[in-house]
Amino acid sequence: MTPPPLFEIDALQVAVEDKQIVNGLSLTLRPGEVHAIMGPNGSGKSTLANALMGHPRYTVNGGDIRLAGESVIELAPDERARAGLFLAFQYPTDIPGVSMINFLRRAMTARRGEEIPVREFRQVLNQVLGRLQMDEQFVRRYVNDGFSGGEKKRAEILQLGLLQPLVAVMDETDSGLDIDALRIVSEGINTFHSDDNAILLITHYQRILRYVQPDHVHVLIDGRIVESGDASLAERLERGGYEPFMERTRERALSS
Amino acid sequence: MTTPASDAPVTRRSEYEYGFHDDVEALVKLPKGLSREVVNTISDIKEEPEWMRKLRLKALDHFNARPMPEWGGELGDIDFNDIHYYVRATDRDESDWDDVPDYIKDTYDKLGIPEAEKQGLLAGVGAQYDSEVVYHNIREDLEEKGVLFLGTDQALREYPELVREYFTTVIPPNDNKFAALNTAVWSGGSFIYVPPGVTVDIPLQAYFRINSEDMGQFERTLIIADEGAQVHYVEGCTAPIYSSDSLHSAVVEIVCKAGSNVRYTTIQNWSNNVYNLVTKRATAYQDAVMTWVDGNLGSKLTMKYPAVYLMEPGAHGEVLSIASAGQGQHQDAGAKIVHAAPNTTSVITSKSLSMDGGRSTYRGLLKVYDGADGCRSNVRCDALMLDEHSRSDTYPVMEIDEKRVDIGHEATVSKVGDEQLFYLMARGLSEGEATKMIVNGFVEPIIKSLPLEYAVEMNRLIELQMDGAIG
Repeated sequence: MTPPPLFEIDALQVAVEDKQIVNGLSLTLRPGEVHAIMGPNGSGKSTLANALMGHPRYTVNGGDIRLAGESVIELAPDERARAGLFLAFQYPTDIPGVSMINFLRRAMTARRGEEIPVREFRQVLNQVLGRLQMDEQFVRRYVNDGFSGGEKKRAEILQLGLLQPLVAVMDETDSGLDIDALRIVSEGINTFHSDDNAILLITHYQRILRYVQPDHVHVLIDGRIVESGDASLAERLERGGYEPFMERTRERALSS
Repeated sequence: MTTPASDAPVTRRSEYEYGFHDDVEALVKLPKGLSREVVNTISDIKEEPEWMRKLRLKALDHFNARPMPEWGGELGDIDFNDIHYYVRATDRDESDWDDVPDYIKDTYDKLGIPEAEKQGLLAGVGAQYDSEVVYHNIREDLEEKGVLFLGTDQALREYPELVREYFTTVIPPNDNKFAALNTAVWSGGSFIYVPPGVTVDIPLQAYFRINSEDMGQFERTLIIADEGAQVHYVEGCTAPIYSSDSLHSAVVEIVCKAGSNVRYTTIQNWSNNVYNLVTKRATAYQDAVMTWVDGNLGSKLTMKYPAVYLMEPGAHGEVLSIASAGQGQHQDAGAKIVHAAPNTTSVITSKSLSMDGGRSTYRGLLKVYDGADGCRSNVRCDALMLDEHSRSDTYPVMEIDEKRVDIGHEATVSKVGDEQLFYLMARGLSEGEATKMIVNGFVEPIIKSLPLEYAVEMNRLIELQMDGAIG
C-alpha cells in the first residue's frame, strides 16, 4: 500500500524580482523516500530551495506546497519550520554574538512547542555532536561566525539531527566539502533518515549520491523537471553531463 | 506596574514600566524659572559655605553667557523658564530605610532597589528623589576602612575641605553650557572617597528618580579613588511619563589617582520626555584604570560623551557604550579620550541600535597630544538599524598630534539582515524572537562586561524597547 504523500510540490511557479525562475514544478515525496534534484548552474535549484522554505525575496506566483497534506504556501518561514520543514542552507548566515548552544536550544523549543529540559537537551546534543565528530566546545562558538566551509555544513546537519523535521531540503550540502567531511555529513543525513521522514537533495554533482542513496532522481532545467528516474539517472548525468538535457529543452522551446 | 501617570502619553513606549508618579505635595518647590534669586535660595536652603554660593553664581553667569550648542540633538524646545530648579520631597537623608517616607519607599520598592541591597549584591546604596538624596547607606566594614559614600550635599556639610579640594577640578564651571547650569543649581548626587589601597569588592549603587512634573534634576557626583583604590559605582535612572518635558543635567567628576581602578556603570532608562544632557569626565593618573560602561535606553534626547583624560604614563581609559533609540528618541552618545601623557592606552567600544523611527548617533573624540608617544588606542563603533525609517550616524573625530602612536579604528553601520532573519526563522523562531536574538548578539560584547544582574537588566530593557518597536 502506498503511504499518503508527505511533501507535495504542485505546479510551483517562483519569480525573483519579476524574473520567472521556477516554471510549474511538481514533485511528490512519500515517507521514507530520498529524492535528488540535479541541475546545472542557473537552473533554479537555490530558488526552489529558498521558495520552499518561504524566503520573502522569492515570490510564489502559482502552484502549491503541501506538508503532510496541509498547504504551507501562506505560512511564514518560522511556521513552516515548526510544522516540520527544514532547509539545510547552501550558505549559512553568521550571527555574531549568539552562541550555537543558545540558538540550538531556542530552535528546538520552537520546533517542539515547549521548553526542552536542560538534561535532555545536553544528552541529545552530545549524541548528535559525537556522531558528526564535532567537539563539544563547538557549540560555544557564535552561530556560523568564523566557521570554515566544512564546519558550516556540519552545523547544518547538527541542526537537522536535533530538530527532527518531517521533510529536509538539502541545498547543495555537498558543495565545498572535502571527501572526509562529505562522508561524515552524509552519514549524518543517513542517520537522520527514517521511514517517517523524507529528504530532498538539491545538488549539482552526483558525488553525494554515492553516500546518500536516492530513490528518485530528477533533472532540473530552466525551472522545470525535464526527466525523472531512479538512481541510474544520476550516473547517466555523471557520464554525459547536463548538455543533452539542455539541448532537448532548447529544441522544445524552439518547436513550441 | 501601577497606573499610567499621564492621560496624554507622549510616547508609544507603552511598556515603559516606571511611568507612574507619586501624587504628593513637595515640601519645598521653588517657582519655575532660573535667576540669581533661585540660585541664592538653593544655596540658602542648603546652608552652604560662601565659596560654593559664589561658585554657583559665577557658573550662572557662564550659563547665561553661553549660546545653546548647535550640534548634537534638537535642544530648541527646552524652555529654561518652565522648569522647577529645586524640588524637595522630604527634609532628611536617611540611612535607615524604614525612616524613608512610605510613598518614596514604595516607589523604590517598585523599582526593586532595596531588594538588591537586601540580597547583599551591593556594598552601598543611595537614592535621590527629585532634587535631594533621600537615602544613603554603606556596608559597615567599608565605612570602617574609611570609605565615604554619601550625598554630595551631606559631604559638603561634613567634609567641606575634601569637597572643595576636588569640586570642579575635572569639569570646570565654564566647560559647557549644561555643566555651567549644573554647577549653578546642583543638588544631590553621590560623593565617594576610597582611601589608598582599599578595594570596594562589590558595587556601590545610586538610584536617581525624577517624580515631579516640569522638573530639572541636577545631581552632582564626585568620586575620588586614592592611590591603588578600587571601586565600581552603578547608577540607574527612571522618571514618570508626563505630557511635558523634564530636564536632567548631571555632572560627574572622577579622579583616579595612581594605580587606582574605577568603573562607573550607568543604566539610563529615563522616560521619553526627559532631556538628558550630562557631562561625565575622569582624570586618570599613573597606571590608573578608568572604565565607563554607559547604557542609554531611555530619554527623549541624550547628549553624553563620557570622557577619560589620561594624565600620566601607564594610565588606561575605556568606554563601553550601548545606546538604543526607539520612537521619538535621539541618543547622541559616545566617548572622549584624551591622551595627555606617553604610553597611555585606551579602548572605545560603542554599539548603537535604532528602531521604530529612532535615531542613534555615535560621537567620539580621540585626542593624542604632541609628545604623548607610545600611546595605543582602539576605537570600534557599530550601529544596527532595525528598520528602514530609523536613523544612525557616526561622527568619530581623531586629533592625533603625535606620530609614534598605534591607533586602530573600525566602524560599521548595518541593518538587521534579511538573510539573518530568514536563517533564524527557518529554524522556527518568530520574526520578533529572531530580531531579538540578532540584537542580543550585537550588544553581547558589552553586555558580557557587566556584572550578571546588570547584564540581565540591560538585556531585559532592550527587549522591552523592542517589544514596542517590533510588536
